[in-house]
Amino acid sequence: MNRTAPRWVWTSALAAYLFLYLPLLVVVVFSFNDSKLNAEWVGFTTAWYARLFRNNEMLIAARNSLLIALTASLVSTVLGTMAGFALHKYRMRVLPVLVVAPIAIPEILMGVALLMFYVMLNLTLGLVSITLSHIAFCIGYVALVVRARLAGMDESLVEAARDCGATPLEAFRYVTFPLILPGVIAGSLMAFTLSIDDFVITFFTAGASASTLPLQIYSMVKIAVTPEVNAISTLLLILTLLLITVAARVAPGLLRMND
Amino acid sequence: MTGTLRQPGSARERWLVAGPPLAYLIVFFALPTLLMVVASFRLAGEFGGLAPLRSESGGWNLSLDSYGRFFASSLYLQLFVKSFLYALVTTAICLALAYPLAWLIAHSAKRYRDLLLLLVILPFWSNFLIRVYAWMIILGPDWALARTLNAVLGLVGIGPVTLMFSPFAVIVVLVYVHLPFMVLPLYANLEKHDPTLLDAARDLGAGAWQRFRHITWPLSLPGVFAGSALVFIPAFGIFAVPDLVGGTDGIMIGNVIKQQFLEARDWPFGSVLSIVLTAAALVLTGLAALAARPRRSAA
Repeated sequence: MNRTAPRWVWTSALAAYLFLYLPLLVVVVFSFNDSKLNAEWVGFTTAWYARLFRNNEMLIAARNSLLIALTASLVSTVLGTMAGFALHKYRMRVLPVLVVAPIAIPEILMGVALLMFYVMLNLTLGLVSITLSHIAFCIGYVALVVRARLAGMDESLVEAARDCGATPLEAFRYVTFPLILPGVIAGSLMAFTLSIDDFVITFFTAGASASTLPLQIYSMVKIAVTPEVNAISTLLLILTLLLITVAARVAPGLLRMND
Repeated sequence: MTGTLRQPGSARERWLVAGPPLAYLIVFFALPTLLMVVASFRLAGEFGGLAPLRSESGGWNLSLDSYGRFFASSLYLQLFVKSFLYALVTTAICLALAYPLAWLIAHSAKRYRDLLLLLVILPFWSNFLIRVYAWMIILGPDWALARTLNAVLGLVGIGPVTLMFSPFAVIVVLVYVHLPFMVLPLYANLEKHDPTLLDAARDLGAGAWQRFRHITWPLSLPGVFAGSALVFIPAFGIFAVPDLVGGTDGIMIGNVIKQQFLEARDWPFGSVLSIVLTAAALVLTGLAALAARPRRSAA
């Protein structure tokens, strides 16, 4: 059954793809340009990358970002899986609201609310406050991915295990968990990416001393457009691409939004 | 302890599973949000932050002053209206760009769909600031876009314009960073449409436009509203985009919220602005959700 689309639909779709990719291509190409200006192609160089690896502030920011993203994705995966399981299995009243709300409201609200909260608690702003905040907004995403996976699971398998005498914990350990594992891994990769990319909430909860990659990029871009930003952007794009490839391998269904 | 009859878990099991994430979200989301609501009724401290909750005379230091200040000056309301319009224009452009794209993906051969969809999502997974930065380069004065435009404008004697640091730049970047949010729900909706409806309409003599107007479009409304909410809410409260590409004309409400917390350090007023923003966004989403409910029509 072949339904041919009018030509203008093809053209506009192609234009939309170009619109999505051209800017990123510009960033990548000009990271290899032998000129301080991001305007004209002068010649090939890897000097901006070399400079990046000598930039101490950037290296510290990268280390912070990785540390925060690893911790936040680990903790939020555990808590988010529990939440996703609870949402699927029990009739909860408050949890569904608390899982979706951080995703549904403007990010800036959560950023400033957490800032006030930490200052009221006299908690020094820094890596700890950033990590605590990231866990809070990642839980919901993991929970939704895990719940979607559970919804697609054949319930009778768990019932069979229980009928054969497995305790609820055993049934979870040997039946449910292996089945939802792709969802859990996909959720954790999602949390990792969200954490390493987060700008708004980090901006408010970082304080004066701690920096992450997005904060570092922001302060550089605020001052001037420089190819060094192109270089770090290109590296981050590659990292994201790798994570997505892994996620797509582990949970191919994740791409489809049939929820 | 376990009966043969499957119950939805014992109370203890339920608390063991749901308790930890619930506790975490209460402490690090619900409580801070609640404190912010309270803060909007408190007084600003002498050196920023908040004044003590109890005054020296023993009374409560609570007032509606910050709300009064918000409604007394038209400045902030105007800024809200402006941010609303920016978000609205962004949503409309995203819809216009995303609809043909989503339709095409939904109608392409099954084996290509995942790939085409992945190509839409991929840029969305790249860092938000990188996507903003890319446009800072493209809209910059040294780039072909600005040069060509100014050369053309120069011919008719208008001119030169700057693309960067303008409301135009804000809208372009807002559209760019939010486009995938519109494509995904639209695709999810369009993919489910029953093709026999269109065949029936064609057999009855309906033209392409009539088929779209009376079948595809009404059926796609839930997707349209879902996508619109996903674009509108983040665009409404954004501060990084106007901050980086907006210049002085492109300021939005998010910039003022940021400024109240980090520069003016007037927490009560900053809280008022954040609460009004969130309330406005949620009301609009609620309306969109209502509108998106499937209509009762001849089934």
